[in-house]
Amino acid sequence: MDPRELIARRVALELHDNTLVNLGIGLPTMVTQFVPPGLRIYFQSENGIIGFGERPPEGMEDVHLTDAGGAFVSAKPGAVAFDSAMSFALIRGGHVDLTVLGGLQVDRRGRLANWIIPDKLVPGMGGAMDLVTGARRVIVAMNHTQKGEPKIVEELTLPATSDRRVTLIVTEMAVIEPNADGLVLRELAPGVTVDAVIAATRAELTIAPQLTSMRLQA
Amino acid sequence: MRNSISPDHAASLVPDGAVVMIGGFMGVGTPRRIIDALVARGARGLTVIANDTAWPGLGIGKLITAGCVSHAIVSHIGTNPETQARMIAGEIKVELVPQGTLAERIRAAGAGLGGVLTPTGLGTMAAQGKQTVRIGSRDYLLETALGADVALVAARSADYLGNLVYSLTARNFNPLMAMAASCVVAEPNEVVPTGVLPPDSIHTPGVLVDYLIERWQIR
Repeated sequence: MDPRELIARRVALELHDNTLVNLGIGLPTMVTQFVPPGLRIYFQSENGIIGFGERPPEGMEDVHLTDAGGAFVSAKPGAVAFDSAMSFALIRGGHVDLTVLGGLQVDRRGRLANWIIPDKLVPGMGGAMDLVTGARRVIVAMNHTQKGEPKIVEELTLPATSDRRVTLIVTEMAVIEPNADGLVLRELAPGVTVDAVIAATRAELTIAPQLTSMRLQA
Repeated sequence: MRNSISPDHAASLVPDGAVVMIGGFMGVGTPRRIIDALVARGARGLTVIANDTAWPGLGIGKLITAGCVSHAIVSHIGTNPETQARMIAGEIKVELVPQGTLAERIRAAGAGLGGVLTPTGLGTMAAQGKQTVRIGSRDYLLETALGADVALVAARSADYLGNLVYSLTARNFNPLMAMAASCVVAEPNEVVPTGVLPPDSIHTPGVLVDYLIERWQIR
């Protein structure tokens, strides 16, 4: 299975019924393809909408309706549009149950870096700092390594997005949960060994006593 | 009754060196005709407060390309490599502000507040040089209000009084900015007779709007 799809299928199991969810641009957006049947999820986009839907038919796009990545979307019946202050009040105020974001690094304390590589890539934080600070649960969905370099590290070398500890890290190799004592390896992707995860991780891992293989949304 | 003015007239209300807020999110909800007029006028030294700098050739991206902007206060520039290149070359000073903090700083200016307290940015580069305030058991960053000389906003509909209605995700920063500047210019897609817009549906009261951009020339 494509590593990105694997990650998205695992993250999809973290969706709960009747919740407000914000997905970051890129890989996290793929989670919408694997929402478990029967769940009612309200997807928010920080440019000001709850309840956006798939891209309209060619030629039917509304130039006043995009997601936070600038891609054309539609609005589902019951959708709500609002301004940026309301959008971030939802995020900062703890009304967003879950955000799924990409990551450049996560460290042993569960801190995420995902908005800047100084002197190389300076996209800016956009809404990421507010999302990581304010959402009830924060899941980092990312590749385990970048060009062979571990992205899970002892201490961030890139600027942090927030000092808040993220809830869960999902990679193509493993599911890792940061807690007060450090990082706990909870699940292994199909065909991946504990040793392989340790070798691809530059931070101390505690192996969960009930370590399981990665569960995936069909 | 509001005066309707041409985009060129609107551009003349934004002097070189002005601090100008521009609505929009990656070009969605950005007043395009005013921007084209600013580029045509050859505006210089603008401080632009906006969510982002869009793409080269789109919305605020046109101002960047034309060299109109010397200072940008925005939440991200990731979609516009030209902004990044000019920042690295020292031609544009870029001040990055978390998006929710940017919205609240603008809202504060329009609401008569000196600033807001937010947990966003604590323990990050965004906290540098800022005061931390403890309320109860939690720390917050003190973020100061952010106002402007001129706000340029885009709306779906206006009436003759300047009452504005925005459309879907084109609303974004527009209603906040329409509160936070000394002079507010709105570029509506349509102007409808006063009374057509139901009072409950109006997003920005017309009394806050100084000028409306005139309709398109139909011939």
